[in-house]
Amino acid sequence: MIRVQNLVKSFGDFTAVKGITFEVAQGEIFAFLGPNGAGKTTTIKMLTTLLQPTSGTIELNGLNPLTHAQQARQHFGIVFQDPSLDSEQTAYENMDLHGVLYHVPRKLRAERIERLLKLFELWDRKDNYVKTFSGGMKRRLEIARGFLHTPSILFLDEPTLGLDPQSRNQLWTHVKHLNETEKTTVFLTTHYMDEADRVAHRIAIMDHGTIVAQGTSAELKQQTGSDSLEAAFLSFTGSSLRDEGADAKAQLRQTARMWRR
Amino acid sequence: MGAIYILWLRELKRYVRSRVQVVVSLGQPCLYLLALGFGFGPVFQQAGHGSYLQFMAPGVIGMTVLFSSVFSGIAMLWDRQFGFLKETLVAPVPRLHIMIGRTLGGATVASIQGLLILIICLIAGFRPHSWTVLPQAIAFILMVAIVFSALGTAIGSVLQDMQGFQLIMNFLVMPVFFLSGALYPLNNLPRIMTIITRLDPLTYGVDGLRGSLIQSWRFNPALDFTVLAIVAALFLSLGAYLFSKIEV
Ligand SMILES: Nc1ncnc2c1ncn2[C@@H]1O[C@H](COP(=O)(O)OP(=O)(O)OP(=O)(O)O)[C@@H](O)[C@H]1O
Ligand SMILES: [Mg+2]
Repeated sequence: MIRVQNLVKSFGDFTAVKGITFEVAQGEIFAFLGPNGAGKTTTIKMLTTLLQPTSGTIELNGLNPLTHAQQARQHFGIVFQDPSLDSEQTAYENMDLHGVLYHVPRKLRAERIERLLKLFELWDRKDNYVKTFSGGMKRRLEIARGFLHTPSILFLDEPTLGLDPQSRNQLWTHVKHLNETEKTTVFLTTHYMDEADRVAHRIAIMDHGTIVAQGTSAELKQQTGSDSLEAAFLSFTGSSLRDEGADAKAQLRQTARMWRR
Repeated sequence: MGAIYILWLRELKRYVRSRVQVVVSLGQPCLYLLALGFGFGPVFQQAGHGSYLQFMAPGVIGMTVLFSSVFSGIAMLWDRQFGFLKETLVAPVPRLHIMIGRTLGGATVASIQGLLILIICLIAGFRPHSWTVLPQAIAFILMVAIVFSALGTAIGSVLQDMQGFQLIMNFLVMPVFFLSGALYPLNNLPRIMTIITRLDPLTYGVDGLRGSLIQSWRFNPALDFTVLAIVAALFLSLGAYLFSKIEV
């Protein structure tokens, strides 16, 4: 369960998140959509104790991550938008390190690592250093790692960025499976509307730091009279590019991100 | 405990795997030994201080441990840049454990570097007072490594970019090194300099090493050890606090 009220985050005089309020029920798959720079990642960072909000309140399974960061961290797992692997270690070592950090017992850890690396077709390369991986392989490893432990809340920040269709399909099948069997709450962002349409129970659309619409995919389409989620999204957020308004630093970040892929 | 171990192990693996870095980081102290040892040796001897190699070897060991320790802490900058840091920051373990694992890993690597330089000094002709002093010398190596790895972690927690790194090297690490008596005796300095050298924690590490190895004490082992232990506790607390405040 996630409950957020009037959440604000300012960087200097720029306000990236302007007082958003939403709730995600236990066992729900919630998609957070929005153009580049809308504030999705910033929101996730605040929810996952990586960033201190300027104001507002957060609750994760009834816990306040601002005052009880460590307890709150027991409840969630996350796949970051930006790379977060240790490139100087092998795929297996990256998985193992994660398993240790998340208290997965040794035997179970070995079993799950094997299963997940096979699922995401990385088992052949398990003893290769991550620095020798292609962009998509790194991404698959990050996702496999995110599934190594089974948290009650799973944050997926653009998990399918740079993935081939096979891996994407694998990912969403797995997410749905986890959601159905373990009642995992999933909070995801993506720029692929078809993915959100396919897996999400509920969708929020964010733009310029505020939530401009919330509801099921059908409700959003109906509100805008569109026949696809993509059309609904564009009608809520307009069709102009978001980079002109963003500051230089954001542009740099965007470029850096592109080159890293 | 698992988190401390796995992060300690990671630092060690990184060290063992980057053979180039091992050679490079041992090269610098060797250069000091060679250049200064042969250059200053005769002057030092004429001034009636005895063999310069005997005098400077413990200092060069201290220097190696200092540089290696601080570097390992600052290497956090890369983990921040390449994103691995945040993977550890969201893990459901106390940040204190993460910080301790990293710091002990850095201290272990720095100690190994110090021991390697000790061996190189022995090969170059350095002779300790007696072989039985080695355990005490090693204890001082470990203390210096912990003090400066903790300082490295504290610095690494607040550094955001490479400019800050240059600043730290030029205005903190180099002065700490030069003011420690690693390369020249600290006798007969102006009063103000004497005070400054006594504020430098490495002074006590170098004294402990030199005292243990060639029986030439400025203070005494108990004082050196106590000061290092207190500074280690201070830096560890500072590092733990700053690490717990990291945002990415
Ligand atoms: N550390 C920071 N300092 C200054 N500005 C920041 C910082 N982090 C994010 N921002 C700004 O906050 C805004 C929102 O960024 P955020 O990364 O949350 O966007 P996003 O919705 O995740 O976009 P994308 O789809 O491109 O990932 C951007 O304008 C960005 O430049
Ligand atoms: Mg983002």
